Amino acid sequence: MDVNEIIKPENLVYRKPTLLNDNTMHYCPGCSHGVVHKLVAEIIEEMGMMENTIAVSPVGCAVFAYNYVDVDWIQAAHGRAPAVATAAKRLNPHKLVFTYQGDGDLAAIGTAETVHACNRGENITIIFINNGIYGMTGGQMAPTTLEGMVTVTCPYGRKPELNGYPLHIGELLAKLKGTCYVTRQSVHTAAAIRKCKKAIMQGFENSMNKKGTSVIEIVSTCNTGWKMSPDKANVWMTENMFAEYPMGDLKNE
Amino acid sequence: MAKIKGAITVNAERCKGCNLCVVACPSDVLALQPQKVNQKGYNYAYMANPDNCIGCASCGIVCPDGCIEVYKVKL
Ligand SMILES: Cc1ncc(C[n+]2csc(CCOP(=O)(O)OP(=O)(O)O)c2C)c(N)n1
Ligand code: SF4
Ligand code: SF4
Ligand code: SF4
Ligand SMILES: [Mg+2]
Repeated sequence: MDVNEIIKPENLVYRKPTLLNDNTMHYCPGCSHGVVHKLVAEIIEEMGMMENTIAVSPVGCAVFAYNYVDVDWIQAAHGRAPAVATAAKRLNPHKLVFTYQGDGDLAAIGTAETVHACNRGENITIIFINNGIYGMTGGQMAPTTLEGMVTVTCPYGRKPELNGYPLHIGELLAKLKGTCYVTRQSVHTAAAIRKCKKAIMQGFENSMNKKGTSVIEIVSTCNTGWKMSPDKANVWMTENMFAEYPMGDLKNE
Repeated sequence: MAKIKGAITVNAERCKGCNLCVVACPSDVLALQPQKVNQKGYNYAYMANPDNCIGCASCGIVCPDGCIEVYKVKL
């Protein structure tokens, strides 16, 4: 059968959501951020919330997220996204409000805002891209960087006696009474992406049902910062990142 | 028994040649262009073995840049 007989509108089974617009994303080839943007757009479309969403972008590689997913965005100062989202949600309780943050943004400069928004149980969803590194600024060590992992600011590998231990912010946030759902996901295979989609959707639904704060941690790759090809980075992630940050729900109430 | 056949399209100008779709395909359908590049200089993905495609959409789902459309027919 000729491919042209298959490639017809009535046979379409998958395409990117239209809410993810046609602007070329600035991300490096193979970056996990793109996959998560696509998922977020898909979910908002399926929930019919295109006109009723306020998203908050971070400082980090995802700073320009507002150029790609066509909902209303606020771009927060570094680490302040959960504080900004708190205001957005309290003033617009009927809107879907979420933050989209990297590990440097959420678990370093923005730790206070993250912890307190979760402790207050704000009705928001926090999408947390944990790639174990500061991607945007050239690959410096983050609180989440693995022991022994090489970055430009720990060229001999992270040493706990000098740099402390990888910060398990998901486990910390799960302990707080304000969080209702804390889960750790990934987007490196089609199956993992389908699971992650369900998790983000549950987070969004929790926030609309006023259940408190949901945190969706997505263990991700930064192939440029890790200095690997995108497919090698996925393998390295499953072998190293997953050992430190195991997949699955940390809290689901 | 109903047979399933699939086919995909790649938005070659949007593709960044990351190879993730090639790795994700269970039927060894995809490859990166060995010679040809798009305007950004990337060796873009294409169906090297179109007859093998089963329309499972794995390639489309993993593509970070949303370049792939997947089509499927039951014969
Ligand atoms: C107040 C302030 N301090 C530091 C920076 C520099 N800076 C920009 S992005 C970034 C870290 C980003 O890392 P992460 O949040 O993990 O995002 P990624 O790029 O890895 O997705 C830093 C330290 C800044 N822009 N503003
Ligand atoms: S630097 Fe890392 S996180 Fe940033 S776009 Fe490139 S691969 Fe993605
Ligand atoms: S639809 Fe499935 S079989 Fe066809 S190219 Fe994509 S991954 Fe391969
Ligand atoms: S996954 Fe997407 S961007 Fe990467 S090579 Fe395939 S079509 Fe191109
Ligand atoms: Mg990071």
